[in-house]
Amino acid sequence: MIDFELSAGTKMTKKLIHSFVESSFRSVSREFDEKEHTDPAELISSVHQLMKGGGMTGMASSAGSDETDAKKGSKPKKPKEANLQGVILAEELFWGDAGLALAMPGPGLGGAAVLSTGTAEQKERIMKRFSEDKPAYGAMAITEPGCGSDTSAITTTATLDNKTNEWILNGEKIFVSMGKRATEIYDGFVVVWATLDRKAGRAGIKPFIVEKGTPGMKVTKLEHKMGIRASDTAAMVFEDCRIPHNNILGSAEVAVDKGKTEGFKGVMKTFDATRPFVAAMAIGVARAAYDMVREILDKEGVRIRYGAPVDQLTVLERDVLEMEVSLKAARLLLWRAAGMLDKGERNNLEASMAKAKAGMVGTKVTQKAVEILGPLGYSRKILLEKFMRDAKINDIFEGTGQIQLLVIARNILGYTRKELK
Amino acid sequence: MISFEPDDEQKMLKETLENFSTNVIRKAAHDCEEKGEVPADLVKKGWELGLIMSNIPETCGGAGMKRSAVTGAIAVEALAWGDFSIAINILSPSLVAYPILESGTEEQKQKYLPQFCSENFKPATVALVEPRMFFDASQLSTKAVREGDEYILNGDKCLVPLADKADLLLVFAATSPGIGQAGVDGFIIAKDDVYGIEIKEKEKNMGIKGLETFEVSFSDCHIPLASKLGGDEKGGTFTRFLNRSRVALAAAAAGMGRSAWEYALNYAKERVAFGEPIASRQAIAFMLAEMAIEVDAMRLLAWEAAWKIDRGEDCGKESYLAKKYSQDMVLMIADRSVQILGGHGYIREHPVEMYLRNARGFSTFEGLLMV
Repeated sequence: MIDFELSAGTKMTKKLIHSFVESSFRSVSREFDEKEHTDPAELISSVHQLMKGGGMTGMASSAGSDETDAKKGSKPKKPKEANLQGVILAEELFWGDAGLALAMPGPGLGGAAVLSTGTAEQKERIMKRFSEDKPAYGAMAITEPGCGSDTSAITTTATLDNKTNEWILNGEKIFVSMGKRATEIYDGFVVVWATLDRKAGRAGIKPFIVEKGTPGMKVTKLEHKMGIRASDTAAMVFEDCRIPHNNILGSAEVAVDKGKTEGFKGVMKTFDATRPFVAAMAIGVARAAYDMVREILDKEGVRIRYGAPVDQLTVLERDVLEMEVSLKAARLLLWRAAGMLDKGERNNLEASMAKAKAGMVGTKVTQKAVEILGPLGYSRKILLEKFMRDAKINDIFEGTGQIQLLVIARNILGYTRKELK
Repeated sequence: MISFEPDDEQKMLKETLENFSTNVIRKAAHDCEEKGEVPADLVKKGWELGLIMSNIPETCGGAGMKRSAVTGAIAVEALAWGDFSIAINILSPSLVAYPILESGTEEQKQKYLPQFCSENFKPATVALVEPRMFFDASQLSTKAVREGDEYILNGDKCLVPLADKADLLLVFAATSPGIGQAGVDGFIIAKDDVYGIEIKEKEKNMGIKGLETFEVSFSDCHIPLASKLGGDEKGGTFTRFLNRSRVALAAAAAGMGRSAWEYALNYAKERVAFGEPIASRQAIAFMLAEMAIEVDAMRLLAWEAAWKIDRGEDCGKESYLAKKYSQDMVLMIADRSVQILGGHGYIREHPVEMYLRNARGFSTFEGLLMV
C-alpha cells in the first residue's frame, strides 16, 4: 500500500530530537565550527547519557543493518522500519548541526561495516560497547592518499604471522571520520580495509577491526576542512600493527579465491546501507538552510505564492519553490531506499539514486540560500554560510555524486564495471 | 507507515494498462500524431477498459469501486507512458465525470453520471485555459454573471480537447473576479442546449498533435443555475478540480518522461560509435542516470499529493509543487533523449522529438487530465 504517513513512534522521536538539537546543538554550532578540533566533550557526554543503547546513537547501527538480530542477549528486536526511522531521525539531527551530529558518539561507519560483514560473534563482541557507560566510536578507514573512490587500488596490506596467528597491518589511511575520537580520545575501534594479496585486486580486500590503543596504529594528522569542522577527520598510519586473528570481519578464510570478491562486496554492502544515511544528512543540512531563509523572508514580509503560473513568479519565488520541491523529491527518494532496506530488498540502485539526488540538492539549496540573503547570508553572524560549507561534503563522501551516477548507470544499463568504466 | 509499494489491485491495473499501452497505444501513436486524430476504434478499446465507469457509483449505473487518486495517478502514468495525446483522448470523459462525481449535487450526479456508464465512449471535455499571455487559472477572463435564474457566460477558451465531438462541456469561469480560485466556478453545459457557443477551428499546436483541441468562445450564453457544478457550494469545486488535474499532469509527466528515458536508454545500448555502444561512455550514461532519478522523483511527488487527496487533506501546495517540478523535469528528460539520439532524435521516425514537443506543453497545460 502506498502510504506517506510516518508512524506515531517515529513522529514522536523526530519531535524530541528536533527540540533537543534546536537547543543543544544550535547554541554551540558557531563555537565548535570556529574552534576546530576542540572536542565538545560536555555535549558528547550528555548526548551519550541520553541516548546510550539506542536512540540517537543507535541510528548508524540500524542504518547499517539489513537483518533482524534475534540472537539472545543482544539488544531488543528492531522495529520493522529501523532504517526508515534512522534516516528520518538523521535528517533531524543534521538539521541541528552537521558537524556536531557527526561528532556524536555511536557505531558510525565502523559499526555499519561490522553489522554488514561481521559474524554473529563479532557483532556481539564489538558492538556491545555502545550500550555501556562511556561514549564510544566506530570509525572506518578506506581512503588512502593514492585512492579514493577506487577502493580496489587499496595498498594497505594485511599479512598473517603464522607463528602468532596474528594479522599485521601496514599502510596509510586518510579521511578517517572520527579516527581520533575512536582511537585516542574515547573508547572505540576502526575498521581498516586492507589487501591480503594485491595481485588479487578487489578479491583480496578485507575489513579488519583495530581496537583503540593497539600498538602500531597512530593518528598523524587532523585535517582542516571547509565544513563539518566539529567532526574530526584523521590521517592514520599503521606500522606493523598486530591484531588478533578473529579481528578479520566475516569469514576468516585466508586463502583468496580469485573468483570471488567477497571482501569488496562487503565494502559495497556497507555503502548500500550507509548511503541513505548520508542522503539524510544532506537533506537535513539543506532543510536547515531552507527553513532559515523562509523564516527571514517571513520576517521581512516577503510572501511566496503557491499556485501562481510559473511565468508570473518572481525569481525569488521560483528559487524558493525550487528549493522546497527538490528537497521533497530527494527526501522521497531517500525514504524509498531506506524502506527497501527494511524489507530486506536489494536497494543498490535506489540508495545511489537517493544519495546522488540528495548530494546535489543539498549543495544547490544551501548555495542558493546564501545567494538569496546576500550580505546577510554571507556573514558569519548567522549560520547560513556554515550550512553551505557543511552541505558540500555530502556530495563527496561515501561515494561522490559522480560515483553514484556510475552505479546508477551500470544498474539501469545492465552493464558491468568493464562495460561502463 | 511509509511505504511506496502499490497494493495488488494497483499492480494489476498498472500491468493491464501498460500492456494496453504497449500493444495498442504505442502501435498507433505515430499515425495519430501525424494525422492529428485518434481513430474511433482505438478510443473504443480504451473505453472498454472501464476505467471511468468503475469509479461511478452503482446508483448511477457504474461499478461503484472506491475511487483513489493514487490509483488514478498510477493509471494516468501507465497510459501516458504509452502516448500522451491518446491517453488524454481516452480519459477525456473523466474531465467532466470526475468533477461531478466529486463536487456535483445529487441531481447533477443522477442526471449526468449514467451517461458515462454506457458501452459507448462518451466524449466530454473541459474548457479552462484561455488564449492569452499571462494566463492564470485562478484569474480567469471568462466571466459568468448571475442574472435571475441564470448565469450569463462570456469569454474565450483554448486547448479544449475534443470540443467538436463532446456533448458535455465543463466550463470554468470567474463568478467573483479578483478573489482567486474561490471566485471560479464550473458550469456543466450540454453543447446543443445552449446558444452562443462557437467551436472554432481545430488548433495547431507545437505538440499533442494526436489530440484534437479547439478554441471555443462563449458569447452571452444563458446557463441555468442548476448547471453550476456543486450547486450552492462556494469556491471549493474549482480548487479540487485544479489540484486533481495537477496531480494527473504530474503523473502523466512521469509516464512520458519514463518512455523518453527508456527509448534513449535502449538506443544508447544499440548505437555503436568508435567501436562501442554510446551507453558505455559516461557522457551518455550519466545523462541516463540523472533522467532515471527524475522519473522516479516525479512519480513519488505525484503520489504524495494524490495520497493527500485520498485522505481528504488540502493538497494545494503539494499538487502545485509536483506539477511545477514535473514540467521542468519532463522537459529536461525529453530534451536529453533527443540529444542522446543525436540527428536521429530529430527525425520524426523516432518518438523522442515528439516527447520534447509534448513535454514543453506542461507549463501551459492545466486541467487536461484528472485523477
